[in-house]
Amino acid sequence: MRDPRPYQIAALALLLTHGLARLGFDVSPLRVVLILGAALVSQLALSRAGGLPRLDPRSALISGLSLCLLLRTDSTLVAAAGAVATIASKFLIRWRGKHVFNPTNFGLVAMMALGAPAWVSPGQWGHSAFFAFLIACLGGMVVSRAWRSDVTAAFLLSYGGLLVGRALWLGDPLSIPLHQLQSGALLLFAFFMISDPKTTPDSRAGRIAFAFLVALGAAYVQFRLFRPNGILWSLALCSAAVPLLDRLLPARRYLWAPSSSGRRPEEGAFHDAQVDLRGGLVGSGHGGEGRLRLLRLLRGQG
Amino acid sequence: MKAAFGFCGFYVAKADTRLFNKASQVALVRFDDKTVMTMANDFRGDPKEFAIVIPVPTFLEREQIHVGDKALLDHLDAYSAPRLVEYFDEDPCRPRRGMLDALQSAAAPAAKPAREKSLGVTVEARYTIGEYDILILSARESQGLETWLVQNGYRIPPGASAVLGSYIKQGMRFFVARVNLEEQVRLGFQYLRPLQVAYESPKFMLPIRLGTVNADGPQELFVYALTRKGRVETTNYRTVRLPSGMDLPLYVRSKFPDFYRSMFAQQVRREDMRSVFLEYAWDTSWCDPCAADPLSRDELRQLGVFWLDEGARSQEVFLTRLHVRYDATHFPEDLSFQETADRQNFQARYVLRHPWTETKNCPAGQQYRSELARRREAEAQTLASLTGWSVDEVRRGMGIVAPEDRTWWQRLWSGD
Repeated sequence: MRDPRPYQIAALALLLTHGLARLGFDVSPLRVVLILGAALVSQLALSRAGGLPRLDPRSALISGLSLCLLLRTDSTLVAAAGAVATIASKFLIRWRGKHVFNPTNFGLVAMMALGAPAWVSPGQWGHSAFFAFLIACLGGMVVSRAWRSDVTAAFLLSYGGLLVGRALWLGDPLSIPLHQLQSGALLLFAFFMISDPKTTPDSRAGRIAFAFLVALGAAYVQFRLFRPNGILWSLALCSAAVPLLDRLLPARRYLWAPSSSGRRPEEGAFHDAQVDLRGGLVGSGHGGEGRLRLLRLLRGQG
Repeated sequence: MKAAFGFCGFYVAKADTRLFNKASQVALVRFDDKTVMTMANDFRGDPKEFAIVIPVPTFLEREQIHVGDKALLDHLDAYSAPRLVEYFDEDPCRPRRGMLDALQSAAAPAAKPAREKSLGVTVEARYTIGEYDILILSARESQGLETWLVQNGYRIPPGASAVLGSYIKQGMRFFVARVNLEEQVRLGFQYLRPLQVAYESPKFMLPIRLGTVNADGPQELFVYALTRKGRVETTNYRTVRLPSGMDLPLYVRSKFPDFYRSMFAQQVRREDMRSVFLEYAWDTSWCDPCAADPLSRDELRQLGVFWLDEGARSQEVFLTRLHVRYDATHFPEDLSFQETADRQNFQARYVLRHPWTETKNCPAGQQYRSELARRREAEAQTLASLTGWSVDEVRRGMGIVAPEDRTWWQRLWSGD
């Protein structure tokens, strides 16, 4: 198993190109450069501050590309602040060595919650079946490589179940939940955001419970509070419950692929900087655990 | 027998009247979960055949309902309509100047289908406001509502019952209005004035489903959203900008409404009829160029912009004009909206460039003439592509010959 991040970067870049070229996303090429630049500089600065010897741009690129796909604002400052908040959350908001929020999710929710002139356009993808299929395939590839397809599947099943259940209760035709599920924004969320292995619970049971909670919260925001972007708000809120889920349903902590040691990785890497495992510090998560944790803490990773 | 259309609800006639669903216009004024909705339609039938059922999120007191002035929506329409601007080329043999000369805005667009009528259960309130008799109904189940409606002389289109049931379960009430003929005569209005309702609810949506039940063909809706912060967009459908800023052949001047209709139809086809179109986004204090004067503070207040009373400036009123053609297949869900922080100006604007016609001979003049030929061909291609009209037809309208059909001597001395 290789590091899935190059695939993820390629998939997100492709989606962004499609969005810019065909769907008229409200983000200019200059803005894309700004967001990616701000994400990379933040990563560099915070890595340095944490004593990380070299910059690994991959996770910052992933967060930056996701922001380009989702964050909308007229203000250059807000765009840059969103990118900084996204990267900083990874280094600063941590619980027992694990960052709590999916970085992009945090960046978006933080900007909106602070009342910054920023928004997310859930309708921007349209409902083209082809496009939905494309995202599903690309995302599927990334997810399977990251060994976290259980979260995606559990989320889509729960959320789909809630939508269909609601339609049945209301007596609505099934074309309505189908239309709601055929959303590019939803698929992007399910395949690229909630599936982040670094911020989901360690155990499979925990992850399934987590996915269900997120789906429930999203439906609540959308159908009870009548606010848009329920999935984003719900994920941010439910992420805060992950330490509790890990406590109730403990399992081995997610670890990076020791690519240089040649051992089989437990799971792939996502939305995070990769720990440099050269020098035989650690095996696949056993020996040297304490040192590794310390190292990660210092480097703002893990 | 004629009658009207339906936007949020459907206009329903008494007895067996056939109704035509025409373009409807809705102004949605919204801030802080408070909404003022103004609904207008171009109902041209016998007023006694007019009736409308609209799902509303809350119960409405008498004071929450008002009858507005049709001129307000007409002004909003004119102010935000797609526009044509004209420029005149300078003498190529003399140095620059140039100016905007004239402006024309498109008349409101297209046509719509037909429909019938319906009704329901607990009459929570009964008001006569202006020329309208209004009922606020709530119901526990769709069957009861349907029965009530039928017993009271309304006819429900087949298929409406399920939709009514869905709204009932979502806790919606039903706003039912018909014309009180005596009041109408007494007030002396020759047409039906728009109804306005004010309510407080987190729901920022327009219920379009009732209007699509049994509609024969797609319907047309214009939404004018007046908000405090910025542009409004749909959250469950894609909102796309109407193509804008193109140079078009001069003859479009005399057929601008045709152009707008065809262009809109073509864009709808391109989007597979699944998108909502943005036609205008601007703060209401100014415009450039203006298709009509900006709305006065008083007009904005009458439309329901309540925050002006709190001392807000008119820059704090942002107008979004959305245009959607919809049917049940492509728009299964009601329209949900969100207000964004986007304050970038947008208008659907098309440009006519009048060539310099005096023939003087200077090297720049010769070059100008040969570029003019290319420019006119490009305008023909643009117009054909925007509207779906055949490019040959467009060239005929412009009186030009296709480049490939030109003879070798025409190309040799291609003046224009």
